[in-house]
Amino acid sequence: MKKRQNVTIKGTKGGLVLHLDDNCSFQELKLELDEKLSANTRTQDDRQLIPVTVNIGNRYLIEEQLEELKQLIRQKKNFAVDEIESNVMTKDEAKRLREETEVVTVASIVRSGQVLKVTGDLLLIGDVNPGGSVIAGGNIFVMGTLRGVAHAGCNGNEQAVIAASSMRPSQLRISDCINRISEAWQSEDNHDMECAYMNENRQIVFDRLQALMKIRPNLTRLEGGH
Amino acid sequence: MGEAIVITSGKGGVGKTTTSANIGTALALQGKKVCLVDTDIGLRNLDVVMGLENRIIYDLVDVVEGRCKIHQALVKDKRFDGLLYLLPAAQTVDKSAVKPEQMRDLITELKQDYDYIIIDCPAGIEQGYKNAVAGADKAIVVTTPEVSAVRDADRIIGLLEKEKHMESPKLIVNRIRNHMMKSGDMLDIDEITQHLSIELIGIVADDEEVIRASNHGEPIALNPNSKASIAYRNIARRILGESIPLQPLEEDNKNVFTKIKKFFGVR
Repeated sequence: MKKRQNVTIKGTKGGLVLHLDDNCSFQELKLELDEKLSANTRTQDDRQLIPVTVNIGNRYLIEEQLEELKQLIRQKKNFAVDEIESNVMTKDEAKRLREETEVVTVASIVRSGQVLKVTGDLLLIGDVNPGGSVIAGGNIFVMGTLRGVAHAGCNGNEQAVIAASSMRPSQLRISDCINRISEAWQSEDNHDMECAYMNENRQIVFDRLQALMKIRPNLTRLEGGH
Repeated sequence: MGEAIVITSGKGGVGKTTTSANIGTALALQGKKVCLVDTDIGLRNLDVVMGLENRIIYDLVDVVEGRCKIHQALVKDKRFDGLLYLLPAAQTVDKSAVKPEQMRDLITELKQDYDYIIIDCPAGIEQGYKNAVAGADKAIVVTTPEVSAVRDADRIIGLLEKEKHMESPKLIVNRIRNHMMKSGDMLDIDEITQHLSIELIGIVADDEEVIRASNHGEPIALNPNSKASIAYRNIARRILGESIPLQPLEEDNKNVFTKIKKFFGVR
């Protein structure tokens, strides 16, 4: 009976792809990988680095194991590990990913002194009153009147936007950029259905809500995410 | 089993004590048995507004610390035949003398004997506020048509909404000056109710009579001819569950003709 191969090497246009079997033990895998990479030693020292993608299938590796694997491949030849692909992730990672991308719907009024914070996008059905603040890792959509402070992309997402049915904030923040609202702007009558985003000069600017589909086409999630 | 209503505002000087005194008086006028509780320990003045100051023997802290029984501390208002009582606050200690649990027990005990317990809350959101709210079933938030008062009312409403044992608070807009509201120098009532988005239970016009009456220790609600008095009486009736439309705010400068038309019910 022929022994099943745990390591398969394929060449593609973008470099090498190493398919590592996910049924054997990690020890076996390392041994075979070491063997395979040492075997065909046509010394080509002067050649440039070859990018390698490692596919580990349905195996989950912790940080140290990943590092070990990378070390092993780098030592052997003029290989550079581009990426390690895995089909699986931990529950924690999945949860975090979901929190970051989900739209949290809240039906309430954020009153003076209250802070509403979510990891992903915020859809607020209600108002933000002066003195209240809403903070989101992603975008902020307010179905009512935004009179308080809104901070979108609080973890550094500069693409985040803020939209409100009635845009009368006291202050807006996107990522680390802060915009104080001028009294003149505030006293203008019509600020209904508006959005705010960060432009190329890292300034927060206002526009009609409809402008978002051009400025941030990624907001559309209809076709199964990004 | 009675109902405990806390009168609060966040900001000071918007008329919590006056409102408490007058709602209590108006409820007693409707024949309900009412107990007013002043929780502004250290800065009491509900007793002054009610004109009962010189009859205080024991106070709230004496009751809580067991130096006397509740009924010994209650001051009876002689203008009402055993319908209106006041539990005065202590003046010599401060708000930390009482704990929220003690207040809750005290109010629960009072609820056995009275139809309505009106709790006058101190300004602020600290210990005194927590004491006042602890035993209450309902809350009435008093505000004036000023941005700062509305902002504080908003904060208080936010805190009240977190209290699980209480119903959603109701709003009184106090000290309305009609001419300023019309000229746009004051927030108008629609603006305030939209902003705070809670149910409006009454509006009270700014009336010099109110100040005069409270200086004499006689709640304005006793005087049937004043506009503010009618406003307070209407609030009391709304608390009792009647549905009464809000008073029109127009001043008395209407001409005779419109008055006659109004008399005959022509609009």
